[in-house]
Amino acid sequence: MTVLTNALRELAGLFVDDGALALVIIAVVVLAGMVATLMPDASLAAGAILLFGCLAALLASVARAARR
Amino acid sequence: MTSNLALVWPTVTAAFLASLVEAVEALTIVLAVAIVRGWRPAGLGALAGLAVLALIVIALGPLLDLVPLRLLQLVIGILLLLFGMRWLRKAILRAAGVIPLHDEAAAFATETAELREQARRNEARLDWIGALTTFKAVLLEGLEVVFIVIALGAGRGMLVPASVGAVAACLAVAAVGLIVHRPLARVPENTLKFAVGIMLSAFGVFWTGEGLGVAWPGADFAIVIFAAIFLAVSVAAVALARRPKAEALS
Repeated sequence: MTVLTNALRELAGLFVDDGALALVIIAVVVLAGMVATLMPDASLAAGAILLFGCLAALLASVARAARR
Repeated sequence: MTSNLALVWPTVTAAFLASLVEAVEALTIVLAVAIVRGWRPAGLGALAGLAVLALIVIALGPLLDLVPLRLLQLVIGILLLLFGMRWLRKAILRAAGVIPLHDEAAAFATETAELREQARRNEARLDWIGALTTFKAVLLEGLEVVFIVIALGAGRGMLVPASVGAVAACLAVAAVGLIVHRPLARVPENTLKFAVGIMLSAFGVFWTGEGLGVAWPGADFAIVIFAAIFLAVSVAAVALARRPKAEALS
């Protein structure tokens, strides 16, 4: 059981290191999804939110780690 | 067709470089077991890990065809964003001196010391422990390689180029490892992780956008633009986060 738990934890660790970064990325995707759904003719706006949202999330995460 | 061809080299390169990093990490553990306990348990564990990986790919591979393309692109895109930006963040922090660089020689020394300590405590079971260690290493690092291949290849029929890149990397590392019998400490792991993090993040934005119905200007060429933007922002992030060496080491 411990082996399985450890394996699952290591698998989750492949995708989540800084929990806050992962949460912000998901939030950015949800926001972009809402814009894409509500304004299908302006899908590029959703794309811009996705790209620049992810870049902002990355910068914020790096800045937070650098300050520690 | 032209658009698809434009994706072949970025896909092969990203899969090759990402798999190179994973294969080097797996090789370090296999070598540590082989040196402490011999090639038999190390090889058997590694082969068992490869067999389980093959079973996973054979069992799950056909299921990919059953998932609607848009949903597949969205799920893979989000996973790529999480995976790629995690690598990129770590590579930026290492390049800036905020966290120490990954040292393959140190990882090798730690692994051999742990195995020797286990040998001291329980000699009889050590073959099993050694085999289990290489099994777990090959399986976990291999799962990362499989994920990278699927993530880079499944969205637009690029599974073959992605697989070619990954297999070439694994074979190259295995061949060099067998020849030199030492962990590949000279591989510039952080530079590779930096480059791969950028590529995976660019692919992640692209696939997630496609999954959400975004019509990217330039179609597949948008990935190259995204990669250039991620590179510029990451280089700026390194400069902003950079610490003096002495402070980083303390």
